[in-house]
Amino acid sequence: MTATTHEEHHDEIPTGIKRWLFTTNHKDIGTMYLWFSFIMLLIGGLFALVIRAELFQPGMQVVDPNFFNMMTTLHGLVMVFGAIMPAFVGLANWQIPLMVGAPDMALPRMNNWSFWILPFAGFMLLAPMFVGGNFASGQGPAFGWTFYEPLSGQYDKLVFFVFAVHLLGFSSIMGSINIIATILNMRAPGMTLMKMPMFVWTWLITAFLLIAVMPVLAGVVTMMLTDKYFGTSFFDAAGGGDPVLFQHVFWFFGHPEVYIMILPAFGVVSEIIPTFARKKLFGYASMVYATASIAFLSFIVWAHHMFTVGMPVAGELYFMYATVLIAVPTGVKVFNWISTMYRGSMTYEIPMLWALCFVILFTIGGFSGLMLGVAPADFQYHDTYFVVAHFHYVLVSGSLFGLFAGVYYWLPKWTGNMYSNGLAQLHFWLSTIAMNLTFFPMHFTGLAGMPRRYADYPLQFTEFNVMSSVGAFMFGFSQLIFLWLVIKTIKGGEKATDRVWEGSHGLEWTIPSPAPYHSFTTAPEVK
Amino acid sequence: MKLPFERKTHAISAFLLMLVSGSALADYKLNFQEPVNQLGQEIFDLHMLVFWICVGIALVVFSVMFYSMIAHRKSKGAVAADFHENTTVEVIWTIIPFIILISVAIPATSTLIKIEDTGDADITIKVTGLQWKWKYEYDADGTPVSFISSLHPDHNKARAVDSGIDVTKIENYLLEVDNMMVVPVNKKIRLLVTSDDVIHSWWVPQFATKKDAIPGYVNETWTSVDKPGIYRGQCTELCGKDHAFMPIVVKAVEENEYNAWLAAKKTEAVAAAAEAAADKVWSKDELVARGQEIYMGKGGCFGCHGANGEGVATFPKLAGSAITIGPDAAHIDVVVNGKPGTAMAAYGNQLNDLELAAVITYERNAWGNAASVVQPADIKAAR
Repeated sequence: MTATTHEEHHDEIPTGIKRWLFTTNHKDIGTMYLWFSFIMLLIGGLFALVIRAELFQPGMQVVDPNFFNMMTTLHGLVMVFGAIMPAFVGLANWQIPLMVGAPDMALPRMNNWSFWILPFAGFMLLAPMFVGGNFASGQGPAFGWTFYEPLSGQYDKLVFFVFAVHLLGFSSIMGSINIIATILNMRAPGMTLMKMPMFVWTWLITAFLLIAVMPVLAGVVTMMLTDKYFGTSFFDAAGGGDPVLFQHVFWFFGHPEVYIMILPAFGVVSEIIPTFARKKLFGYASMVYATASIAFLSFIVWAHHMFTVGMPVAGELYFMYATVLIAVPTGVKVFNWISTMYRGSMTYEIPMLWALCFVILFTIGGFSGLMLGVAPADFQYHDTYFVVAHFHYVLVSGSLFGLFAGVYYWLPKWTGNMYSNGLAQLHFWLSTIAMNLTFFPMHFTGLAGMPRRYADYPLQFTEFNVMSSVGAFMFGFSQLIFLWLVIKTIKGGEKATDRVWEGSHGLEWTIPSPAPYHSFTTAPEVK
Repeated sequence: MKLPFERKTHAISAFLLMLVSGSALADYKLNFQEPVNQLGQEIFDLHMLVFWICVGIALVVFSVMFYSMIAHRKSKGAVAADFHENTTVEVIWTIIPFIILISVAIPATSTLIKIEDTGDADITIKVTGLQWKWKYEYDADGTPVSFISSLHPDHNKARAVDSGIDVTKIENYLLEVDNMMVVPVNKKIRLLVTSDDVIHSWWVPQFATKKDAIPGYVNETWTSVDKPGIYRGQCTELCGKDHAFMPIVVKAVEENEYNAWLAAKKTEAVAAAAEAAADKVWSKDELVARGQEIYMGKGGCFGCHGANGEGVATFPKLAGSAITIGPDAAHIDVVVNGKPGTAMAAYGNQLNDLELAAVITYERNAWGNAASVVQPADIKAAR
């Protein structure tokens, strides 16, 4: 069979439900990942709004404390595993083949499977919430997204949680294998590793992180499972087990996990800034090495989440030094982005607004991270709202804003239509203002001493909690603008050119907009 | 349901004020609570040092960024330069942060070593985290003195959903307990921190002392207090439903006052132990009355099972349940030994025989239940 007949054979786009159920097309699967993660973002956001409604005033007004804990737990789990991670896999599915000049992902059937596991995992995770007939007596997990033993061992629907995590793990591992196989084997002739776009590099490193740590997560939940149902005592002190072991294993997964959620965002921003500065990315090689260093360091700093558990002082010193060291490669990245802008020819289209906002706010999150890394001070910050402020600056204005930047950057390529600039501006400004209104005051509530995961609080924290709640509702409803904008753009709009952006560079801009169902059936040549 | 309207209006107006003037922020608590010992001051200084370093770096980095964003706009006719690497610059901005980090690490190391030095303590107090209260144990010249410290009953009542009580009218809302921990000033106090159920964390912000209470571990930490006063803290590790409702209140007093307090506690402890051990048959009414006090007070039973025995959220109801109206052996077993894998604690470690007998008798004869009376001797036999 020649290449031409092959192409004709596949040119029909399947229709109806079968297109989505059985698809092996990276673009369809990318689209499904992105929609799934957006739905999860709205669900997780709804949980956050329940939290903020309860915390609007001191005293318990809306929910009981157990339900409150269920909301904090599911908010975290849904956002991490349901929204941020799948969204980046969605971006990877759409963009990696287009950016390396491949016709599809290396393992298209597995790609279908890794997506379709996700809705079932999400169902398993959320189903116990509806046990008991009515919502108020729901029996969802209520032990925090970090599911520390022995508290999580007290949860009597633990099996649902464990199964959901296993499914999520399968999905992530298969997705990562696919990404690695695609990047290593399917690059266009001439595209050496050091010529790859930065987004592809960051995803390659992220995929290795995922493969390394998802089995650790699977291990720890399996140990919980056998402790609960088969009489082992890995984490039960009464049986000779060790509750602190749980935290070591969990954070050995958990710390690389936070880089899994931020490295691809670094990649997106490294694509966007050169485009709108009309200047090549400064320090490409150092960017690659910095990313790899961050990934390596992420494996050897885990216990900085556990300074208060009572480690030997030598252990605390080691984890403090290793942790603050991450500031060096992270600093290199920020300096490189700024040097890219320096003496560029800057314009401020929507993706650039998000990317610039990312650089500023992520850096603020990095500063609070540095403060948290200093162990003696961490004793005061640990498990207060200061930590909540820190990780929302890196996860909301970091990961999520990175995702928005990416979607606004590539949406015209995906749909063939330009989006409404007015709506996009509105979405950007409302989100940015609301994000800061929500999370900036949390630095103060934390320093003043409000512990996190509190359903109710002493009166001196009222004012800042009011601000956070007002901001959170603003932020939540602003995302509906985004939903409307995306639907509008899919349905129509001003036609996008192939290049879309004046300063765009890279293979994805050489194919028509919208990207045809099958692209790069003949490999392009990269000089 | 009555909402605290005045507080709300106050908060909203304060918030609006903040939008128009930064000075309104001064009314808010923006930073650590005032430390009351030397180590706390040292930690505070370290925190401020790192903070100002971050501010300095931010000023430099963001100035360059905003300069580029404003000066090198395409609309101003900026044409992109062609450089995209510079080894010298890249080496410099790798080394400078490294040097800054070392300058932070040196004072941090010295402070950390002081935090972890629990030697030469004047007194030792054992702190045990329980769902959802604290137990403090002292050594009074060889006699163990221990007591449970729970959220004050008035606060507990007010914090219920639909309590109808305006919490903003309650002084120190959620920061008041029934039995305060008492410590002498100007002494090195070693704390042994552990837990009987899940992980908790003992934190008093003004002491700058935070340590996790972990079952199976006895963690060591220390603190000292420079001036007499009442200091308040809260649990800082998620420990289940009532995580937000197990405050820590410490009263620091002069040494002679502390000694007098400990002596009184010792007398109390000896009397209570004698009463519980006495070979006395108690009447049902006596036990029910004491039992109700424990159910609503130091036992904290109502937290999960409800003041009316109907059970809170997913926790089991006691009114008419198989255990409370069935044979007493099963009831004694679950209260004394707890139910592993659930939040039901082993109260055998927390209450004496008389208290256990009283609370079990109360549960068996309240809310329409009418079952047998349990005597302290029955508990002793079952232990």
